[in-house]
Amino acid sequence: MSILDLTAVELGKKIKEKEITVVEAAKAALEQIKALDGDIHGYVSYDEESALKRAEEVQKGMDDGTYTGPLAGVPMAVKDNICTKGYKTTCSSKILENFVPTYSAQAVENLIKEGVVFLGKTNMDEFAMGSTTETSAFGVTRNPWDLEKVPGGSSGGSAAAVAANECFMALGSDTGGSIRQPSSYCGVTGMKPTYGTVSRYGLIAYGSSLDQIGPIAKDVTDCAALLEVIASHDPKDSTSVELEDYHFTDALVDDVNGMKIGIPKDYFGEGLDAEVKEAVLAAAKKLEEKGAIVEEFDLGLVEYAIPAYYVIASAEASSNLSRFDGVKYGYRAKEYEGLHNMYKKTRSEGFGAEVKRRIMLGSFVLSSGYYDAYYLKALRTKALIKQEFDKAFAKYDVILGPAAPTTAPKLGDSLSDPIKMYLSDIYTISVNLSGLPGMSLPCGKDSNGMPIGLQIIGDCFKEKNVIRAAYAFEQTRTYEAPEIAKGGAR
Amino acid sequence: MANHIDDATIEYVGILAKLELSGEEKEQAKRDMESMLDYVDKLNELDTSQAEPMSHVFPIHNVFREDVVKNGDGSKECLANAPEEQDHSFVVPKTIV
Repeated sequence: MSILDLTAVELGKKIKEKEITVVEAAKAALEQIKALDGDIHGYVSYDEESALKRAEEVQKGMDDGTYTGPLAGVPMAVKDNICTKGYKTTCSSKILENFVPTYSAQAVENLIKEGVVFLGKTNMDEFAMGSTTETSAFGVTRNPWDLEKVPGGSSGGSAAAVAANECFMALGSDTGGSIRQPSSYCGVTGMKPTYGTVSRYGLIAYGSSLDQIGPIAKDVTDCAALLEVIASHDPKDSTSVELEDYHFTDALVDDVNGMKIGIPKDYFGEGLDAEVKEAVLAAAKKLEEKGAIVEEFDLGLVEYAIPAYYVIASAEASSNLSRFDGVKYGYRAKEYEGLHNMYKKTRSEGFGAEVKRRIMLGSFVLSSGYYDAYYLKALRTKALIKQEFDKAFAKYDVILGPAAPTTAPKLGDSLSDPIKMYLSDIYTISVNLSGLPGMSLPCGKDSNGMPIGLQIIGDCFKEKNVIRAAYAFEQTRTYEAPEIAKGGAR
Repeated sequence: MANHIDDATIEYVGILAKLELSGEEKEQAKRDMESMLDYVDKLNELDTSQAEPMSHVFPIHNVFREDVVKNGDGSKECLANAPEEQDHSFVVPKTIV
């Protein structure tokens, strides 16, 4: 067994028990990156020198008792829309190609205090706008299970890097499914926490009312442990919520006896691949066998989530991305006439097609004459969708369904038709609109050998129900890495 | 297509979005926006008259704090990101004519 086959928590334990040094762990991950990332391209950038330097420092800190947490010494990756002080943060966009943040995101600060080792920054759809990581300005990421397929998105680089053993865990961000859908496509576990659980300070904003940072890892235990580190109340984020309980790992118990699980019939209708359906229902059966009470119900309004999302997220994006103007940081057009022309040229040259599409849609729906018809209409729809979930959670502890309608599509298949790409987020998007926590974890493979993701959704701040159900299901199977992950550095 | 985006509208959106589009990009943008709006029009099937617009899932309040400097100067690091810099300042095109 190689170091790389360990989960983050297993590795942390072995480092603590001095069976493995922090430098050995970092070197193993870096060798794997060098061996595989030319093919996979999960990383936008990585820095061997600073990772090894940090590994040495962390080892000292562990030896002298500074770092005592379960993830101390564990090498990890960070999505490239999360600010890392002194280290390039690009959002996979030409407009931020050379941007070096002067501060770190609060989630990253929490991880520094824990004593993790940062390897590099992972590829993503430009500004997190996309579902395949193909809108990155720096090239596509390939799915470690099949290099001709997409890893999902927008946190495709993080999910692919975890699956390929190019890191032991990673941070992603999720605005409409950007953690859960790529986790599903890459056969790893990812969680979007309740809105407000993890500080958004230092997360480069896309749709501020929907964005959350969350963990992507090999299993539920790692996700819970990583969430426990990154979750905190942060006065620098006015939407950050102070929780009564941050002990997410307490929910790692193999017991769902009496737990009420709702299965929304609407998640199993037209558009859902038959093999995905079968695997997800088989997972529900497993939980039922363990004593959970599983029931079908009507969720309602499922088909309205995507149109509402695109109005709201695009509106917020058009406002959030107005800061990229070529004045204080980022790309600036070489030739222009006057200030306004500089703004326009800079943005037109700096943003990719999907980002421009959403900025324009957002500007339109917020413009005078259309604001009520589109923007307010979408916000009213959001309220109705939230009510549907409130009704469901009055009856159920968690909701169970697929993370995505299919397994990973081929590279290039989705880009030609944006609406088709948007549909891959149909089961994840309403969770963001309602602020809920949701987790995707592997539950099988299709006949092409591509992973299938199971999604478990909880009520607001009921992460522990989600973790408990996910953990209990996970005990019924063993983690499987893609072949390529095993063929890399040993 | 039910929605029609004319030249004037796409021109106006370009001004709001601060984007300069070529002729071809404009045509593509019109088609994209029309098909997105057709799709979004699905929301009109819903009676939302009884629902209040929900911008945030939880009540959002202003968070007040004392105005105390906690970070350092940082101007050197900030200026290091400047596309153009001169005399410890950002260089921008002339704005007052």
